[in-house]
Amino acid sequence: MGFEGIGASVRRKEDVRFLSGKGNYTDDIDRPGQLYAYIKRADRPHAKIGGIDTAAASAAPGVVRVFTGADMAAENIGGIPCGWQLHNQDGSPMAEPPHPALAVGKVRHVGDPVAVVIAATKQQAKDAAELLAIDYTDLPAVANLKDAVAAGAAEVHDGVAGNICYDWAIGDKAVVDGVFAGAKHVVKLDLVNNRLIPNAMEPRVAIGDYDTSSGDFTLYTTSQNPHVIRLLMGAFVLHIPENKLRVVAPDVGGGFGSKIYHYAEEAIVTWAAGKVRRPVKWTAERSESFMSDAHGRDHVSTAEMALDAEGHFLGLRIVTLANMGAYLSTFAPAVPTYLYATLLAGVYKTPVIYCNVKAVFTNTVPVDAYRGAGRPEATYLLERLIDVIAHDTGLDKIELRRKNFIPADAFPYQTPVALEYDSGDYQTTLKVGLKNAGWDGFEARRTEARSRGKLRGIGISTYVEACGIAPSAVVGSLGARAGLYEVAEIRVHPTGSVTVFTGTHSHGQGHETTLAQLVVSQLGVPFDQVEVVHGDTAKIPFGMGTYGSRSLAVGGSAMVKAMDKVIAKGKKIAAHLMEAAVEDIEFKDNVFTVAGTDKSKTLTDISLAAYVPHNYPIEELEPGLDETAFYDPKNFTFPGGCHIAEVEIDPETGVVEMVNFTAVDDVGRVINPMIVEGQVQGGVAQGIGQALMENCNYDQSGQLLSGSFMDYTMPRANDIPNMSVATENTMCTHNPLGSKGCGEVGAIGSPPAVINAVVDALKDYGVRHLDMPATGAKLWSIIQAATPRMAAE
Amino acid sequence: MYDFAYQKPGSLADAVKVLSGDPDAKALAGGQTFIPVLKQRLNKPSTVVDLSKLGLSGITVSGDKIVIGAMTRHAEIASNADIKAKIPGLAHQASLIGDEAVRHRGTMGGSLANNDPAACYPSALLALGGTVKTDRRTIAADDFFQGMFTTALEQGEIITSVELPVPQKSAYEKFRNPASRYAIVGVFVAKFASGVRLAITGAGQGGVFRHTAMEKALSANFSPDAIGGIVTSSDDLNSDIHASSEYRAHLIGVISKRAVAKAA
Repeated sequence: MGFEGIGASVRRKEDVRFLSGKGNYTDDIDRPGQLYAYIKRADRPHAKIGGIDTAAASAAPGVVRVFTGADMAAENIGGIPCGWQLHNQDGSPMAEPPHPALAVGKVRHVGDPVAVVIAATKQQAKDAAELLAIDYTDLPAVANLKDAVAAGAAEVHDGVAGNICYDWAIGDKAVVDGVFAGAKHVVKLDLVNNRLIPNAMEPRVAIGDYDTSSGDFTLYTTSQNPHVIRLLMGAFVLHIPENKLRVVAPDVGGGFGSKIYHYAEEAIVTWAAGKVRRPVKWTAERSESFMSDAHGRDHVSTAEMALDAEGHFLGLRIVTLANMGAYLSTFAPAVPTYLYATLLAGVYKTPVIYCNVKAVFTNTVPVDAYRGAGRPEATYLLERLIDVIAHDTGLDKIELRRKNFIPADAFPYQTPVALEYDSGDYQTTLKVGLKNAGWDGFEARRTEARSRGKLRGIGISTYVEACGIAPSAVVGSLGARAGLYEVAEIRVHPTGSVTVFTGTHSHGQGHETTLAQLVVSQLGVPFDQVEVVHGDTAKIPFGMGTYGSRSLAVGGSAMVKAMDKVIAKGKKIAAHLMEAAVEDIEFKDNVFTVAGTDKSKTLTDISLAAYVPHNYPIEELEPGLDETAFYDPKNFTFPGGCHIAEVEIDPETGVVEMVNFTAVDDVGRVINPMIVEGQVQGGVAQGIGQALMENCNYDQSGQLLSGSFMDYTMPRANDIPNMSVATENTMCTHNPLGSKGCGEVGAIGSPPAVINAVVDALKDYGVRHLDMPATGAKLWSIIQAATPRMAAE
Repeated sequence: MYDFAYQKPGSLADAVKVLSGDPDAKALAGGQTFIPVLKQRLNKPSTVVDLSKLGLSGITVSGDKIVIGAMTRHAEIASNADIKAKIPGLAHQASLIGDEAVRHRGTMGGSLANNDPAACYPSALLALGGTVKTDRRTIAADDFFQGMFTTALEQGEIITSVELPVPQKSAYEKFRNPASRYAIVGVFVAKFASGVRLAITGAGQGGVFRHTAMEKALSANFSPDAIGGIVTSSDDLNSDIHASSEYRAHLIGVISKRAVAKAA
């Protein structure tokens, strides 16, 4: 056993059970007497429900009950709530139309839940669902942003005019317009951030359980934040007090944001379990995941930069349409505003910025945060725009970035869009990135590729993001309906081993390892004597869960605070046992020492005394050694860095091959370098997926064309090159660890680097911009269209 | 999937009897297409007749022909030494089907009987001018494929083996659908003393087809340059969210040249 504290690449202890098939996922849980739910979903994008005849389904073999939206409405079951309220420019609140768990009156997207059949087997439930007679009258649908905001467009919700959920803005438009009027250059770019389907490896599952003796409900669910689900579902939907509702999220096989939200199926099975007085289990089929998990991205934007003659950014003006889908998912309104528009300064000292965001309802699956959430959209827009500025003005793309960077000595730096960055050094991450990528030697590689008939290109992105969410008061002022602190309980057992209860949730990130390393370093307890527990409201004091790269920066900081309390109490016990003054007790490497003496007690001596208080300051101190801390961060954290992609395009087919990828990120204090590298690799793989292949495709009528893996292209291992991943870290200045977060940086920094490389590879074809994904078919069309023109020139 | 009866007959005659007597009975070979279809409830057979106990598996060399049992798995075809030596294009083709798990379950007979317009094997059978043997007759490749998901097979007729003449040269090139990894355009080229045959899968609305203009040019000069100027019309080609018919028409030229270059 070597060093296993902060900074050690300790192997992930949870991987033993994951890789040997011993994980305990929600679908592995079966409750005695369990029934199975099958959810009948809309097969059409928009329709009026005249009535639902459930008689035949109810009489089918094995069926226990059939419920529709009318049944839930009759019991005053609430709609699925939205966790964030935005306001329009005129100060009025956003449109927040009802979102019933089971459709009432209308269906609004393919996949909208209409009825639930509960039967003895899954097969029987599914068979019976085919017997439901639903009287639909189809309505005109809007399947994309452009159609939804067109004059005379069909309305997704009655009374939401023009399908506008909100019309929001940040910045002073008159001031920004004035800057543009006097600018030497104005460069404009229209761009689309393509819609994605998250596709976690594990589909969603929910099991509702009702204890007929106690009246307690338990929900087992694939969630990134069980306490949030308990709060939302208990308080707003089912009206179950928290003392009667337990939410368990055991091992979860990937989330990427899509398992943050409170979904209808969770409420349906919990409510139904109470009605039928037996456990009810629902497991999503993969095709249900495609049409019911919240989708990601889906922005259409126009961006304009005003510049002086030397290429200094003078002002940025942006108009964005953001797709909300048919209903507001939990975080949806915040994504294109407080997680997007506030990041539009990027790593640049652009003095004035104006951004108008219109959030739009469409007859599609709800859209919410997906790995990066808003920040990839902001980064993609900025980093594409800068390359287009270089294209249009002839200025060097690296120089352009360098001269506009916020300098390392300017921190803390107040941006014009609300955020105050605490630390960063963008020149350094750029410098190391260029070196690691061999930027200066690229032209030789381009020439060599040309000799093989390939078009080679290189692209860069320099980015910053805001994570470690978030100061509760700040997000509260921005419309959040919850606080975003984190909670940790450190339980030192009588014999000195430790259990950590964290309100964060691991769904692949490796918390059981990383968080244990914090205990190794701070308390000196051996790694194998530390257990991390998460994902159960009955065990964890409270918590807001894992998203926005917050687990370490916020949850880890809560642990530090709780361990500080353990040490403080331990010192008092040690002082008593060694007959010394508390002020004279020092703690280091698991040992309490009386300063300047050889008198010492180990943490085990102290914990034993705490739980067996025979010789103990019982008048002043409670027994036990178990401390809890709530930590509310003072600011967001601001990871940043430089990503460089190198691609080769086969001009005969248009197919892109990723040949090199270099990431140099600033993630603050690194606890486990191996896990950080893995997180960056995974994020970059998703970024490459978005840039080159992934695309959620609805046809004009609102049918989902990319509704399976036959048509939705996921990146595979051989699509991802060997990556050079490095960090150049500056410390977060406001949390006790100095950590910033690494979960999303890969997906934030990489897409524009890839597209910039593709555009660079096609520079001889007169390409200024192309929208993601850069598929072979798309690039071939571009090459085809340009070839006759090139021949003519 | 819906409930169905399941039978695993021990003789070909018994299997034919069940399948012939019930139009809703369906044969199960490797199941790599059929089982997903069942799981999606897109097919509701009365009886599933498992062909795995009919002894239809195996690869034999017979003079200038290779005979492949209908239930032979893709993985066996990809790794068979005789096929690798004599029809390398076929071994390579089998190695590109699906993934490792699919290749250890899926069978040649099942794929040919299904005649998915984006499947790989139809191009090999057609380009090699092979023969399909069934429980009752032999069918030439040129007569076997009759349009998308349609073959010359009669109700209850079971493929028992496929006989493939050994060409002088062969190659398969596949341009994959990025999502499904089926062929958007797959080209099998085979050179015989009597001439060249070249078949295209994945592109045609009617399924696999021979490219006669290319065959003629290649029979005169077996080199990529010989077909460089041949333009394929996009009429009658598939168009979907992954590839337009124009893109497919273009890819037929590119992928055919690559197949010839590999074979030559």
